[in-house]
Amino acid sequence: MADFLRNFGLPTVILVAEILAIIVPLLLAVAYLTFAERKVLAAAQLRKGPNVVGPFGLFQPLADGLKLLMKETVIPTGANRGVFIAAPILTFVLSLIAWAVIPFDDGMVIANINVGILYLFAISSLGVYGIIMAGWSSNSKYAFLGALRAAAQMVSYEVSMGFVMVSVLLCVGSLNLSAIVEAQRTVWFALPLLPMFIVFFISTLAETNRSPFDLVEGESELVAGFFVEYSSMTFALFYLGEYANMILMSAMTTVLFLGGWLAPFGWMPFTGALGHVWSMFWFFAKIAFVLFCFLWVRATMPRFRYDQLMRLGWKVFLPLSLFWLVATAGFLVTFGLLPGQG
Amino acid sequence: MSADGSDVPAPSADALIKSFTMNFGPQHPAAHGVLRLVLEMDGEVVERADPHIGLLHRGTEKLIEYKTFLQAVPYFDRLDYVSPMCQEHAYALAVEKLLGIDPPPRAKMIRVLFSEITRILNHLLNLTAFALDVGAITPLLWGFEEREKLMEFYERVSGARLHSAYFRPGGVQQDMPAGMMDDISGFIDQFPARIDDLEHLLTENRIFKQRTVDIGIVSAKDALDWGFSGPMLRGSGVPWDLRKAQPYDSYEEMDFDIPIGKNGDCWDRYLVRFEEMRQSLRIMKQAIEKMPGGPVRINDRKVMPPSRGEMKNSMEALIHHFKLYTEGYHVPAGETYTAVEAPKGEFGVYLVADGGNKPYRCKIRAPGFAFLQGLDYMSRGHMLADVVAIIGSMDIVFGEVDR
Repeated sequence: MADFLRNFGLPTVILVAEILAIIVPLLLAVAYLTFAERKVLAAAQLRKGPNVVGPFGLFQPLADGLKLLMKETVIPTGANRGVFIAAPILTFVLSLIAWAVIPFDDGMVIANINVGILYLFAISSLGVYGIIMAGWSSNSKYAFLGALRAAAQMVSYEVSMGFVMVSVLLCVGSLNLSAIVEAQRTVWFALPLLPMFIVFFISTLAETNRSPFDLVEGESELVAGFFVEYSSMTFALFYLGEYANMILMSAMTTVLFLGGWLAPFGWMPFTGALGHVWSMFWFFAKIAFVLFCFLWVRATMPRFRYDQLMRLGWKVFLPLSLFWLVATAGFLVTFGLLPGQG
Repeated sequence: MSADGSDVPAPSADALIKSFTMNFGPQHPAAHGVLRLVLEMDGEVVERADPHIGLLHRGTEKLIEYKTFLQAVPYFDRLDYVSPMCQEHAYALAVEKLLGIDPPPRAKMIRVLFSEITRILNHLLNLTAFALDVGAITPLLWGFEEREKLMEFYERVSGARLHSAYFRPGGVQQDMPAGMMDDISGFIDQFPARIDDLEHLLTENRIFKQRTVDIGIVSAKDALDWGFSGPMLRGSGVPWDLRKAQPYDSYEEMDFDIPIGKNGDCWDRYLVRFEEMRQSLRIMKQAIEKMPGGPVRINDRKVMPPSRGEMKNSMEALIHHFKLYTEGYHVPAGETYTAVEAPKGEFGVYLVADGGNKPYRCKIRAPGFAFLQGLDYMSRGHMLADVVAIIGSMDIVFGEVDR
């Protein structure tokens, strides 16, 4: 029995503790991302934003969460109940499990798998299922149109995102996310691969259905898009999922292009435990910066139309990323810089 | 099972592909009030747009027949609740025409000043709500900051921020409070910078242009055929403005330009409205410079009540006051169609008097009603998101469409 506990019990406890150590701060981050969004938008719009609940309105996300929790879950009569309930759960779960491979610092990652980037890509592609299921099962025309748009949009932008990732892989020679970060010791990939970085950032906006690509939930046309019929916790799960995805995409951008946990110019004044804190601080600071750009774009940009969004994805980003991929490969081969070549 | 053994029945000649119908409103964030739009769509493309009106019908025209001429004024505030004073203006002019009276010059100038404030009030809401419809959220909040200042002028002059009932047949309700014109001048000085801010955010934004250029094109001929007026007509390149074509009150003395568009698309109408705000500022500036002194109400005790002070001393004045606020004044039999250039277009009042103290008939010509009938023609073949942009650029308010 003692053997069993040592061999299986302890690792399980440690794993659960690790998972909780990621998920709990993540959910807290999501809650305060909604708060930050409201504050940033308010600042852009000459308003104050939430400032009543708690000091500086800091308890507002908690109050909102409590409100959603207490509400009744309304399931429309015509809805397909099973799928209707499964959709938000799927969206939420997918936005959480992707974090298993994100490295917070050297060695600080739950699953340091060799195909980390493929795993991330697979998980983010699955996200579209939650939306399609929600749109179809709601049995509402608005939700249905919203889901159709979402499916088309996510598929279109994933293709160019894939090419962007491949060009990063070419420079690194590994699918492991920690290796990708380590490869950026000399220079962050955002500089040599600048066009790809821009394509990637815009694609993440589209992938997370954020403004100016938020026509999935296109408020002025489709009211709320695929989740019109959702209320209470089912709605909250979509909401949490959307914001967790935003943070995830920012983390991906950071890992792929902004040097992950590496401080700028290799600035490393601390060692030991403090060094870890220092690295993680830079990782989170970069994520926060990318997230701020998300919110900034939302405050300034109008929304694309459906066909314009498709045109941008297929006729601009796809050829551009494909061309740059070939150019990158050609450059690396010509100068013998391909990892493993020399 | 069909003849060839498959489960799928062969399509017959009369099996038509039915288009997808969608209810757009009345509870819809982009429907601008209570518009119910039944859209027949082929995927995302609109094949037919069928606007249903009447959800905000309050019987204004009939109610006016049961009120004295003065009591009818507030109904005009409640038609297009975004530009109340311009509608009072049309009614006041109509009654004055029937009575054959002419308000004092100061009243006329105040009316011009406040008509232009109203125009800015209206265009600010329309332009920023239009931006919201195409997905830009920030301009609306910026615009409301400025609207708030204008509403304050409304409040200071009439006591109400929205339903002012300030323009009356025979003048205006009361003179402007002291210092008012200085504050309006202050507004005129700072507002162009705010317009530039808004334009900076939208006008040359590529996404905004993609969403509005070549959307909902109306040719000059079609605009005239559909009975469009105001920016909807000028956006199509017809320089028709009642303030120039048949000046009323003090507009004749004013120096201003009429902006017109080229293509008649949503972007042109947007630009026309922006330029109109700048022209309104010019008119306001001139109105303040030229503001004459003197009374603001006509000195005719059969139409306008005497002052409080007079009533304390004069029996005659007391009787006049009593008669005016019980029976109201009698308007000689006759009929008139009087129109003003309201911010949205030609707002007209067809007023028939039979010699009594109440209008015999009051027909209201709302510009938005004509725009709405052109919606189907404008949005056919466009996508769902374009319908939203078209509605936004038409500037319809249901208070006046449904009346």
